[in-house]
Amino acid sequence: MSDYILRVVDLHKNFGEREILHGISFKVKKGETIVFIGPSGTGKSTLLRCINQLTVPDKGHVYIDDDEITGCGHRISEYRQRIGMVFQNFNLFDHLTAVQNVEIAPIRVRKMDKKLAREKAMEELRRVGMEDWADHYPAELSGGQAQRVSIARSLAMDPEVILFDEPTSALDPELTREVLEVMKDLSKSGMTMLVVTHEMGFARSVATEVVFMEGGQIVEQGPPSEIMQNPKHPRTREFIGKISEH
Amino acid sequence: MDIISILIAWGPYLLGGIAVTLGLVLSALAIGFVLGLPIALIQVYGNRILRAPAAVYVWFFRGLPILVLLFLFYFGIFPALGLDFPAFVVGAVVLGLRGAAYQSQIFRGAIQSIAEGQMTAALSLGMTRWMAIKTIILPQALRISLPGWSNEYPEILTDSAVCYAIGVMELLTRTSQIVSQTYVTLPVYMACAGIFILLNYAGMQVILKAEEKFAIPGFGVQSG
Repeated sequence: MSDYILRVVDLHKNFGEREILHGISFKVKKGETIVFIGPSGTGKSTLLRCINQLTVPDKGHVYIDDDEITGCGHRISEYRQRIGMVFQNFNLFDHLTAVQNVEIAPIRVRKMDKKLAREKAMEELRRVGMEDWADHYPAELSGGQAQRVSIARSLAMDPEVILFDEPTSALDPELTREVLEVMKDLSKSGMTMLVVTHEMGFARSVATEVVFMEGGQIVEQGPPSEIMQNPKHPRTREFIGKISEH
Repeated sequence: MDIISILIAWGPYLLGGIAVTLGLVLSALAIGFVLGLPIALIQVYGNRILRAPAAVYVWFFRGLPILVLLFLFYFGIFPALGLDFPAFVVGAVVLGLRGAAYQSQIFRGAIQSIAEGQMTAALSLGMTRWMAIKTIILPQALRISLPGWSNEYPEILTDSAVCYAIGVMELLTRTSQIVSQTYVTLPVYMACAGIFILLNYAGMQVILKAEEKFAIPGFGVQSG
């Protein structure tokens, strides 16, 4: 077994003429929280989507443990079960209640017994503080509540890694806080997380490593203290400077 | 003969036409659903090779007048294939094939109206594409299609009267027979019209009930 739970090697992705990812490589150890920062449109979200192959990269490799995800054909759905994903717009299933949203993948994908799946779903809802909302439909939830349910939905598949694609960008500051609290707890509990976010406070207090991306490349990476207080690269310095003015 | 005694004498015969008309309508709706849904899925998710025949099908059956289709199949296509179907079967099949073309477009619109993120989220949880279509996309799309789909019932109900032209013993055929036997026109045609209106009303009540039953808070079109 590899030391690293996730490895990304020389990932490239073009959309037409536009190069979105230009040779991205990094490694993640179990239990680490990697935070990706950088200006909009620098390929951070595309990078996450290339990891679970929702977007198929043009070149490069992604490994979970020792298994290669890239080019695995129809086995991709097996690998996706091991990689959770949380979206900016939550993407809860609109026709299902909160608890049904959480239990549907264990029931349909894992063929878990319905009663056990319900118990598991309630447990995950409790973990994100949403057990009292189990029977509500997505349209009846606030954005923060919906995002917490979507985290629970992801957790119900017992993923080895969870990808967070700007999980709080659609939320106001108060709702952002409740979602970040859940993510902090997850990180502390040892979940391996890759987070694309603009929340510098979160990066500072939770990240094992901060990765600054620009123009489809990793410009600089390191522990949050280093990247945020003492960035080496001028571009990183400029970005951190700009963002901390707010 | 006065009207009352005509209705008493011929009433049961006319009412018997209800069963035939409803038989035509329900079979046509069923055929339309069973064929229309796959056509919609092909149009949204299929590859080019599958999409082309689906498009031709929809174009053909929406492009011809119903009476032309009926004659084409009853006097032309089925005999040429050596198929000697009773008029009722031909009527139900033609109404159904045509209904499939219309229903497919209702379902296609509904499927396409569902946000891309629903499929993305389903795939990210490890569902296959087909599983995601079955468990996430279709339950939503079918709910969204209900209001549009509810137009299909009155449409096929009223269209079913053209089966008169090939001699299916439905309401209009029986009405005409009574008229030609009794030489009473207005009251008999009124009775026929009244039955169609009642069937229409009753069917719409069933559909509205279904819309209520399947309604989800904050999702799709709310009835009532």
